[in-house]
Amino acid sequence: MKPGRFSYEAPASLDAALKSLATWRDDAKIIAGGQSLAPMLNMRLARPDHLIDINDLTDLGRVAVDGNRLSIGALVRHHQLGHHELVTQYCPMLAHAAETIGHYAIRQRGTIGGSLAHADPSAQLPLAALTLDAELELRTATTRRMVTADAFFVSIFTTAIEPDELLVAVRLPLRQPREGWGFRLFTRRAGDFAIVSVAATLARGEGAIIERLRIAIGGIAPVPVRTEHLVPAELVTALTEGWSARVAAAVAAAVEIEDNERTPVVFRRELVESLTRDVLDEALERAR
Amino acid sequence: MTGSGPIPITLTVNGRSYRVFAEPRRLLSDVLREDCGLTGTHVGCEHGVCGACTILFDGAPARACLLYAVQAQGCAITTIEAFAANGELSVVQQALHEEHGLQCGFCTPGIVVTMEAWLDRNPDPTEAEIRDALSGNLCRCTGYHNIVAAVMKAAARRRAEAAR
Repeated sequence: MKPGRFSYEAPASLDAALKSLATWRDDAKIIAGGQSLAPMLNMRLARPDHLIDINDLTDLGRVAVDGNRLSIGALVRHHQLGHHELVTQYCPMLAHAAETIGHYAIRQRGTIGGSLAHADPSAQLPLAALTLDAELELRTATTRRMVTADAFFVSIFTTAIEPDELLVAVRLPLRQPREGWGFRLFTRRAGDFAIVSVAATLARGEGAIIERLRIAIGGIAPVPVRTEHLVPAELVTALTEGWSARVAAAVAAAVEIEDNERTPVVFRRELVESLTRDVLDEALERAR
Repeated sequence: MTGSGPIPITLTVNGRSYRVFAEPRRLLSDVLREDCGLTGTHVGCEHGVCGACTILFDGAPARACLLYAVQAQGCAITTIEAFAANGELSVVQQALHEEHGLQCGFCTPGIVVTMEAWLDRNPDPTEAEIRDALSGNLCRCTGYHNIVAAVMKAAARRRAEAAR
C-alpha cells in the first residue's frame, strides 16, 4: 500500500498556502495530521497531484477565548484538544470527544480541522461541532467567511469547503451556566469509528424546567443530524419522571436511519434509543 | 515546492543525521527501513491501524506509515533502535522480557515506543488505562495479558527510579 506520485510543499505562511491552493485547487490536498488522508493516499482512494502541508503554520495551532466564543485553530491536535485548559473549561464535550478518537498515537497527530474537513459521518468532532453550534472559518487568498456546522457538512466526506478554501479555525459558543452535556459512542473495538454516536446538551432552569435542549446523532445518515425537533412538545421543557427514557424513545421512533450493508437499521435504532437515554442522563447530572 | 521525483531529504534519527534521496510519496516507515537501514521499525498494515511502525516524532508517538519522509525534515525522529542504545534494555523492554510479553515480537517495537512515551505522561496508570493505551497496538500472539503485566511492572520501576 503505497501512494501514487505527488509533489509536495510545506508553505511557511498562511498566505503562501492559500496562494498555492488557489493555483492547484482540486488537484491538491491539504495535509495536516494526515491520520485520515494518509491512509486514503496509501490505499490510493485519494490521488492528488500535490500535497500542501500546513504543519508549519503554527498560528493555526492556537486556542483562545474571543468574546463569547472559544476559537480553536484548525491545526490543534486531538490530544491538545482533550487536555487544553480552555477547552476543558468552556467546551468540555469537545475535549471529551477528542479523547475518544482512535488511539493515543493517532491523537498526537490528528487535528480538529482535518477531522472536520474530512467529514466522516461517524467521526466524533463533526458530531460535537454540530451539537455545539460551531462556526467554521474558511479562508481563500482574498476572502474569509464563516459557515455554521449544519451548513458545513453536506454529505459523506463532503463539506461546503470550496476548492480554493482552507478551514483555518473553529468557533464555539462557551458553555453556559447550568449547562450539562453527554457524549457516547458504540464501537465494536476500541478506537474504531462508531456504529452510532449521540451527543446532547441541555440546561436546567428553575424548578423542573429543561432549557436549550440539543441532541445530535452520528452514524445514521451521510452527515451527523440534529434531532431535538423530534422530541414531542410536552417533553421539550418539562423535566418529569423517566424524562430521558421518554425523550430517547420518541427520538428513536421518529428519526430516519439510512440503510447500509454493515449494520441493520433495527439495531442502530436500538442504539439510538439507549445512547440517547444515557447522554441525557449524563447531561442532567452535569447540569446540576 | 518539489516535483514528484526523488529529492534530497535530510532526516534526524536518534540524534544522527541521514541524507537520503526519496520521492515525496515515500512513507517515513519505508525510508527508515530501506534508506536509513533502521529495520527495527516494523511495517504491518500501512494505514495506521496496527501500530507496529510507531516512532517518536518530536517526542510524541506517531505512525511512521502515516508520515511521508519529506514531512519529517527538521523534526527529531526516535526509533526503537534508540531504546537499547548501549546494549541495555529500556525499562519497558526489560519488563516485557521478564513477563513474557512477546511471542513473535513483530508488534513489540511499536509497543515499546508507545508505552515508554505514554508512561512519561502517565506515570501511575491503572490496568484499565494501560489496556486503553495498548488498544492502538495490535498483538496477535499474546492475548495482551502479559503485555499489560509488563507495562504495570515497568510503570512501578520507573516510579521507583524517579523517587530515588
